[in-house]
Amino acid sequence: MSAWSDETMERAQSLVASYPDPRSAVMPLLYLAMREEGGPLTDDGMRIVADLIGYTPVQVQAVASFYTMYKRHVGRHLVSVCTSISCHLLGAGEVLAAAADEVGVPVGGTAEDGSVTVEGVECIGACGGAVAVQVDYEFVEGVTPEAARSLCRWLVDESPETVRSDDMQERFGGATAFDWGSEDPTDAVGPMPAFGPYGTAGGA
Amino acid sequence: MTDRILTTLMTEHPTDSHTLSRYEAAGGYTALRSALTMKPEEIVEQVKASNLKGRGGAGFPTGVKWGFLAPGAERYLVVNADESEPGTFKDRQLLERDPHQVLEGVLISAFALDVHRVFVYVRGEYPRPARRMQAAIDEARGAGLVGDDVAGSGYAIEVSVHLGAGAYICGEETALLNSLEGRRGEPRIKPPFPAVAGLYALPTIVNNVETLANVPWIVTNGGSAYDAIGPEGSRGTRMFSLSGHIERPGNYELVMGMSWRDLIYDVGGGVRDGRDLKAWIPGGASAPWFVPALHLDTPVTDDDVGRLGSMLGSGAVVVMDETTNVVAAALSIVKFFAHESCGQCTPCREGTTWMEQILERILHGAGRPSDLDLLLDISDNISPGLRWPPAMTTICPLGPSAVSPITSIMRHFRGEVEEMVMAGATHV
Repeated sequence: MSAWSDETMERAQSLVASYPDPRSAVMPLLYLAMREEGGPLTDDGMRIVADLIGYTPVQVQAVASFYTMYKRHVGRHLVSVCTSISCHLLGAGEVLAAAADEVGVPVGGTAEDGSVTVEGVECIGACGGAVAVQVDYEFVEGVTPEAARSLCRWLVDESPETVRSDDMQERFGGATAFDWGSEDPTDAVGPMPAFGPYGTAGGA
Repeated sequence: MTDRILTTLMTEHPTDSHTLSRYEAAGGYTALRSALTMKPEEIVEQVKASNLKGRGGAGFPTGVKWGFLAPGAERYLVVNADESEPGTFKDRQLLERDPHQVLEGVLISAFALDVHRVFVYVRGEYPRPARRMQAAIDEARGAGLVGDDVAGSGYAIEVSVHLGAGAYICGEETALLNSLEGRRGEPRIKPPFPAVAGLYALPTIVNNVETLANVPWIVTNGGSAYDAIGPEGSRGTRMFSLSGHIERPGNYELVMGMSWRDLIYDVGGGVRDGRDLKAWIPGGASAPWFVPALHLDTPVTDDDVGRLGSMLGSGAVVVMDETTNVVAAALSIVKFFAHESCGQCTPCREGTTWMEQILERILHGAGRPSDLDLLLDISDNISPGLRWPPAMTTICPLGPSAVSPITSIMRHFRGEVEEMVMAGATHV
């Protein structure tokens, strides 16, 4: 069984202590486990989470398997194309097909070199900026099939360490669901699933 | 008459409306300071008098909900920021662009409810809203507005952001509480309601982001002033998310009572590319559809929409133009509910999957003449009588929501579905 770094264990323990009941920390701890284990959720990661909160490993698995964002298999970057009604009406099917084709994988698949996973997802809350895409859960809105190809090509070829929503929107996006206002200087994230140091999300 | 409550600051100061300095410069947190001098029950009375209704989808009167909170030394307020109803993106904007307004509403409401611990449950796919909310909490803590002694009043409050992980069902309040307790996000059988036995079986109020964002205005201006805005039964302003085949998609804060024609053609700029309107969803994917021949001149209010067999729900208006393949559109929605069903109740778990498969085969030219009645039969098993509001055979309304697109296409476009079955044809 692998062990987590002292720094991560400290963060884990502070997460556990931040809730009235340790078991409430299972969700942020699962994010932490993914980051610590280098991307996908592993059995070892779930065992450590279980030990931290007094669950059995199978109880942690039961929770993890309920949610789509705790992934057992995922590339360095995750491209999620929304396929729900508003995006569907504006051509999500073509955008998703273009993204998968550019990476050379079936929908849900990961490139052979592990660089990119392409998935279709249910509504991500950018309906006014259809077709909406997320890279590592950061938004790019108003995406055309051609732009989806360029976005995926960039991720495969450049394999950027981090991605920023504002930059991707500028390069690959179109209309947004609403005025985003000012840029968010704190939003460089990546690789998957590196959530920033906020809230209970398992950041630093 | 006031026509804007929630979006003033973000409209006037687009670059820094999310910061404490801008929020305070515009009079922010004065409502909190005056609330702290009031008796908690006076605040509850003001919210009751405002006739504010929940903006998450169910539309239950907020003050009445608060009135149900059972006594107890330890109670919770949970903010439902798990916005996931297809077509809805208003809470995301409120959190990203004016998180202090939401936080001030949270703090006043927690004080009114005698709560000292708040969780803000933000959906996992909303990292920027979560960051902005966390930054607002940190800034407010630095200014003495969150913590052991709020603004020198002696009132203590802790607020934490909790990130979801991709499950629509966690927007249902008891599923959200299970998720927050570290369980699978499965809805609970009610009663008991959360106000009696919620988080950790303790009395808990769960309120939507937009709902709470209205509270500072209500405290400053009084419940009766809020109750004076808009038609009876649909008081205040409301965020509408316009999307689909519409010329000007986006979020619009509006006073209710205008016609659907005005909302779609004046506010939204009409159907894209000057095409004809075929149908629209008046309140998120769960709501039965409206069509121009029957509904265009009826008022946008909770009561009028309810009388006509649908709901304003989460305020999401999805417009479909004349080119829309209604079977493909219904399939997109049914597929959503099949994917998001938690699997506890058989009618929902099995029914949504069967409906998805049947729509899929109709769309791909392999439909059977019996499929139309079969779809309605399955729907009737999930929601007996196919009435509105829906009857339920399930713990929560997710299953009945999946019936809405089926009854909608059968009611308004049966000929089109039949034609597709008979022709064995696919037109996209």
